[in-house]
Amino acid sequence: MFDVASAAVEAALAAGARYADARAMHQRNESMSARNGDVEDLSQRESVGVGVRALVGSSWGFVAVPDPTDAEARRAGERAVAVARASAQVPGPDVSLVPIEVRRDSWASPCEEDPLSVPLTEKGDLVAGVTATMRAAGASLAEASYQVWDTAKWFVSSEGARIDQRVRECGAAMSATAIGAGETQRRSYPGIRGQYGTRGWELVRELDLPGHAARIAEEAQALLVAPECPAGETTLILGSEQMALQIHESVGHATELDRILGWEAAYAGTSWLDLAELGQLRFGSDLMTITADATLPGALGSFGYDDEGTPAAPQDIVRDGIWTGVLSGRDSASVAGLSYGGMVRADGWARLPMVRMTNVGLLPGESSLAEMIAATDDGILMDTNRSWSIDDRRLNFQFGCEVGWEIRNGQRGRMLRNPTYTGISPRFWGSMDMIGNRSEWTFWGTPNCGKGQPSQVGHTGHPSVPARFQGVRVGVRG
Amino acid sequence: MTEHAREQLAARVLDLARSVAGPSAQAEVTVSSTVRGLTRFARSFVHQNVVDTSERIRLRVVVDGSWAAVSTDRADADSLLAAVESAVAAARVRRPDAAFPGLAPPAPLAGAGNWDDATADATPDQRAAVVREFVAAAGGLETAGYVESMRTESVYANTAGQTVSGRATGAAADGIARVPGADGVGRQGSVRLGELGGAGLGRIAAAKARAGASPVDLPPGDYEVVLEPACVADILRFLLVHGFNGRPVGEGRSFVRLGEQQFDAALRIWDGPLDELSTALPYDAEGTPRQRLDLVVDGVSAAIAHDRRTAAAAGAASTGHAVEGGERWGAVPDQPRVGAGDGGSSADLAATMRRGLLVSDFWYTRILDPRTVVITGLTRNGVWLIEDGEVAAPVSTLRFTQSYPKALAPGAILAVGSDASAVPVRTASELVQTPSLHLAGWHITGNAAG
Repeated sequence: MFDVASAAVEAALAAGARYADARAMHQRNESMSARNGDVEDLSQRESVGVGVRALVGSSWGFVAVPDPTDAEARRAGERAVAVARASAQVPGPDVSLVPIEVRRDSWASPCEEDPLSVPLTEKGDLVAGVTATMRAAGASLAEASYQVWDTAKWFVSSEGARIDQRVRECGAAMSATAIGAGETQRRSYPGIRGQYGTRGWELVRELDLPGHAARIAEEAQALLVAPECPAGETTLILGSEQMALQIHESVGHATELDRILGWEAAYAGTSWLDLAELGQLRFGSDLMTITADATLPGALGSFGYDDEGTPAAPQDIVRDGIWTGVLSGRDSASVAGLSYGGMVRADGWARLPMVRMTNVGLLPGESSLAEMIAATDDGILMDTNRSWSIDDRRLNFQFGCEVGWEIRNGQRGRMLRNPTYTGISPRFWGSMDMIGNRSEWTFWGTPNCGKGQPSQVGHTGHPSVPARFQGVRVGVRG
Repeated sequence: MTEHAREQLAARVLDLARSVAGPSAQAEVTVSSTVRGLTRFARSFVHQNVVDTSERIRLRVVVDGSWAAVSTDRADADSLLAAVESAVAAARVRRPDAAFPGLAPPAPLAGAGNWDDATADATPDQRAAVVREFVAAAGGLETAGYVESMRTESVYANTAGQTVSGRATGAAADGIARVPGADGVGRQGSVRLGELGGAGLGRIAAAKARAGASPVDLPPGDYEVVLEPACVADILRFLLVHGFNGRPVGEGRSFVRLGEQQFDAALRIWDGPLDELSTALPYDAEGTPRQRLDLVVDGVSAAIAHDRRTAAAAGAASTGHAVEGGERWGAVPDQPRVGAGDGGSSADLAATMRRGLLVSDFWYTRILDPRTVVITGLTRNGVWLIEDGEVAAPVSTLRFTQSYPKALAPGAILAVGSDASAVPVRTASELVQTPSLHLAGWHITGNAAG
């Protein structure tokens, strides 16, 4: 496949590009879902193609074609140059790329048990079995699923890079829904988006879905008759799954450099952050340190090289509460006057690489969830994301969780249904006064981050721990 | 790939399926080709410009009542055989699907799909020209957005004897103009790229942006509102996915009660996959011919969208709304229309308000309660406070938490605009046609300050 990618790059250069790169990819995907004791969907997909990106003057062009011959790849390279020339009808400022060390290398994600080699019968028994367990435990609707991705890619650039990578990812999710007279409640495990990583099937085994199936079915039913989350301001403790969502939406997206530069203004939106304040702005309390680290073994946002051939490396995003870094690529970093890229990926060969979260996560602190509860006289514990909404500058958010628990005098009390909380990002993060310790540090994976046009689905990682916040408005409803 | 080549390929895949799984096996195959060109601009220049081509073969085989699906973009003999063998092997590990409704029987199409040669063959230069017009018309304001053209050609065939083909084109332009603290939007969808007016959209976006400058905060509360078409399109999306979808209806999770006056009598909603605006193929993912479906007639819930599975469970017939993966998500109309009224433009509707809000766009809407379709989201691209029919002030971003069916309940629609326009929902392949609506109440739960 290197030959196909090289042909595309060479043709783009011959047609007038001053820089070109190409990714040839072979993607295999398998998904299975079960409902109420039976497998309801089993799909397998295979896709092969090449995407070539050409820079002509100050304008980019991108063309992608499926399963090409060398000749078709060359034509794609030539067409990418033609597309770039069309872009020049509405030209922008000069484009430069921050320099990187040109590598020729191979990389593969860790994988103990190839997920596509695990027998379908075993995987089917797992997802169907846990739905049967949830039904038996009283769920009105029981669902479970897994997904596997096995991606091989070959990257070639006109600077001489030649990198092949193999990334295997998988994970699973299950949920129990209780349907009452006028109310529907759901509990999921480990979250409605599941848990995913750049690992083999051992990740799914470690989740132990069967061990949690009956519990979540019972909790869903209990939620139907639980009191409503009260409205008001209170002390809020978030579990680590909800914290992953909080980080993703209010820190990850806000620090994407393409948003900050206005490149996503019409769709995904911009950011409340101003580059002039990088290195000085207080984003949160002193306890808040967030990194983007694609080198974390097994996390969903890990890789050897991003889709511009930049080697994975950790980057501080927020250090001790101060905004210190961004998520960037080679061209956006250059525009911003920064020296680092390395966070650009595409959803397959047919999509243009763009700035993407890697593993954007919170470094652990000193407390435990039990200590946070014990130290809280009056508050609410919420966990497991149910809804998420945030404005186009990533400032004003309202998130809902599947379950809440009242906290009184240091004790976890009764269950609360329909818990929601809302806030303004820096004010909210500024109120964080306790965070979990390393033993509670979980590398959550989000396999469904939408961004870009045409739409791209990204796989992102979010190391997180439970945390406590003060003076949070909760219980917002229609 | 030509239509004939797609038909031959589909027939070859069905033959392969029978030869691998046995003559009694059932199978359905879709062979589709899509070319999408999308030219994005930001900070008033083209920054992303892409053309992608896909050739896709999707096969579902049914062996002794069990089924599985595979897809591939490789059409050589070895790859096809591997795909078929994989599907058959996967089907054989499952238990029989007792609810499998069978494959679609032969049935004629009611249309061929809307097609425009010029859009099908649109060049990057033509899309860039629309961008250039938009940017120029914004009068020096910073702009951002996209212009898209796409073509889809497809063949569906199954072992029950149904073979249909169709094709469609679509185009969309969607952009904002910006002043500090405010954006304005202009957007349009069509079957034909040549109908998109970049200059007109740029002027609209710029005028809205300028009118939104220096916004004020408003306190939470209940406000009368005029919602422009993009907002109504968002409302439709949630009503269709969570309400008029045969899957949640069958599971008791939908608010819809057929035959009941659940909405204001001024409301008419239907799916129009065969009308002149449609960018859809004339059949669904199961090969069932599409047809118009009247969902709400004079405020009365009138019909549910079904695929073959939900229809069989309900004792009904498929309405031609199967989507890929519908076993999980159900049946969803993707060309919804709202009947126009006589209220004029959104500005005309706003002129009748004593005190309320004129809203351009919703953003990041998410469901809080699927049963009552309570949604939280934010405003975007312009909100104005209207007092005594006049714009009193532009308003900064507002958060709302609102039951969508409740906002459209009997007595809640004060007027329906006559300004029905085609709104692209993020892409030209899904166009919603709706007028603006004047509603009695909308629950604002926050503002830019918190």
